[in-house]
Amino acid sequence: MSSRGSSTQTGQQRPSAWYAAPAVLFFGLFAVVPMLLVVYLSFTDWDGFGFPQPSGAGNWSRLAGDGEARDALVLTLVFMVLSWLVQTPVALLIGVWAAGRQRNRAILSSLFFLPLLLSTAAIALLWRSVLDPNFGVTQSLPLLGEFNFLGDTSIVIYTVIFVITWQYVPFHTLLYQAAARTIPASLYEAATIDGAGRYKQFFQITLPLLRYTIITSTVLMLVGSFTTFDTVLILTGGGPGTATRIAPLYMYITGFSGFEFGYASAVAVLLLALGAGLSLVVTKATGFRDMNSQQEGA
Amino acid sequence: MTVAQTATLPEAPTGATAAPPVRRRRGGSPGGRRERPNWLAGVLATIWLVIVAVPLYYLVAASFRTRQDYLSTSPLKPPTDPTIDNYVTVFEGGFLTYLINNVIVTVATVAIVVAVTVPAAYAVARNAGPLVQRFFSIMLIGLAIPAQATIIPVYLLITQLRLYDTLLAIILPTAAFALPVALLVMTNSLRDIPKELYEAQTLDGAGPFGVLRNLVLPLAKPAITTISVFTALNAWNGFLFPLVLTQSESTRVLTLGLWDFQGQFGTNVPGLLAAVTLSVVPIFVLYLVGRRYLLSGLTAGFGK
Repeated sequence: MSSRGSSTQTGQQRPSAWYAAPAVLFFGLFAVVPMLLVVYLSFTDWDGFGFPQPSGAGNWSRLAGDGEARDALVLTLVFMVLSWLVQTPVALLIGVWAAGRQRNRAILSSLFFLPLLLSTAAIALLWRSVLDPNFGVTQSLPLLGEFNFLGDTSIVIYTVIFVITWQYVPFHTLLYQAAARTIPASLYEAATIDGAGRYKQFFQITLPLLRYTIITSTVLMLVGSFTTFDTVLILTGGGPGTATRIAPLYMYITGFSGFEFGYASAVAVLLLALGAGLSLVVTKATGFRDMNSQQEGA
Repeated sequence: MTVAQTATLPEAPTGATAAPPVRRRRGGSPGGRRERPNWLAGVLATIWLVIVAVPLYYLVAASFRTRQDYLSTSPLKPPTDPTIDNYVTVFEGGFLTYLINNVIVTVATVAIVVAVTVPAAYAVARNAGPLVQRFFSIMLIGLAIPAQATIIPVYLLITQLRLYDTLLAIILPTAAFALPVALLVMTNSLRDIPKELYEAQTLDGAGPFGVLRNLVLPLAKPAITTISVFTALNAWNGFLFPLVLTQSESTRVLTLGLWDFQGQFGTNVPGLLAAVTLSVVPIFVLYLVGRRYLLSGLTAGFGK
């Protein structure tokens, strides 16, 4: 009780709003202000050096007729859907498997989680050299050696999806593993007594009981792949050509390579709006918020 | 045999802490398993294991190869003439500077996030006023803001503040974008503290600050660990902010340094891979000594 008489107002029992002030200031300055600023910038011309010059709705009318931007958005959409389709079953199955209690699983699952320890830059650079058409690992393998994973415009997007999967599956596996552990064994025992086989048990017990985790994981995957940027930048730079130029990368290249920051801001606003809309739709459609509050109450 | 399993099971992971896999192994006898081997899952897990392990093996093996060896031998064979020259080259290439910068950025970001989040979460958990609660809702919306989409105004802001190409330029936005998750985790944890404990403190005459110091801080330790690890990983692995907000060698952080090595080393792939390997070592050590904490930080806010 040595802290008694610390200089605060003793009459007041609860913390005042001032306790939140530093967080408000900080978040306001570096997150809220930029969000408003990017809207303003989308109505200016700015080469990144002097001051932004107001330019009316020029950027927006340009964006409306920009085929490259449209292509980038379509590619992003394809990328999101395919990433989700690939990652979900893999993460779900491995997560459920890793939640089991058999021998060796502890060791094996700690191996599975290793990619989590690598930064995005490390992962992208590692895969760049693994997939190198001259000296890479795939080149030395019989069947895989036939492909130029990073140079062939028709397969490079799948390569990116694969690397993203490699990077993020361990995280989602963790979510599924933790959730699968909470399913009571008695359910499975009862099912076994009733003569339900393993696959029946999986589809009728495991899957339904993991539905909230599937939703959480889906939200994170969709929002995550919508804004994926650095992996693709390092792995392919958006190329070859524009084969992997997804929307966030298009924005980055337009701004920081093309020095058209005003126009890039318009693309950024579009991304912000679509990203927020996406989160909203997914959370509304799936009851993600309700689920959160349920857990808080639990 | 099946009955014995029941006793081990209700081991629900609590809070944001993802439970470490399989701590208890019952009796150790294989006969204690309730299932026959699941071949399909086993095969899938093995395939995935190969996909995960081969690149990592290649990474470490190649980092010990001579360039000649790298160009001439199959990448999956062990190095014929292992050498640490690549590591020497990496350190001569400025790796230490990048490492120190990374440590500074990480420590400072964590310090800011913890210092700002704990009192804010305390206010959100204990002050029902509309002002604080509205602030909390706005912060939660922040969870959905992709940092990428605000990078241009952040760049403008940082140049106007004359912070461009300083470590502070990386630290401030990184901390700001880690705040929503940190606040969410911290607030949930403080809400779990029983009201009676707060009331007892008040009866003892403690003001809000006293409560913060005597009650909140000690009880929030696990949550502080979680948000520290979460923030530290974000800062350690961050790429976009350093890429856009710094340029010179003296302010370069590790992730950018790796990318730079890629250009600088050209065909010296073993050198690049040695740098990549080195960049993983600190996190790997953390993984070995504090796996639990690392995993809780990784899934902060979602690992329920």
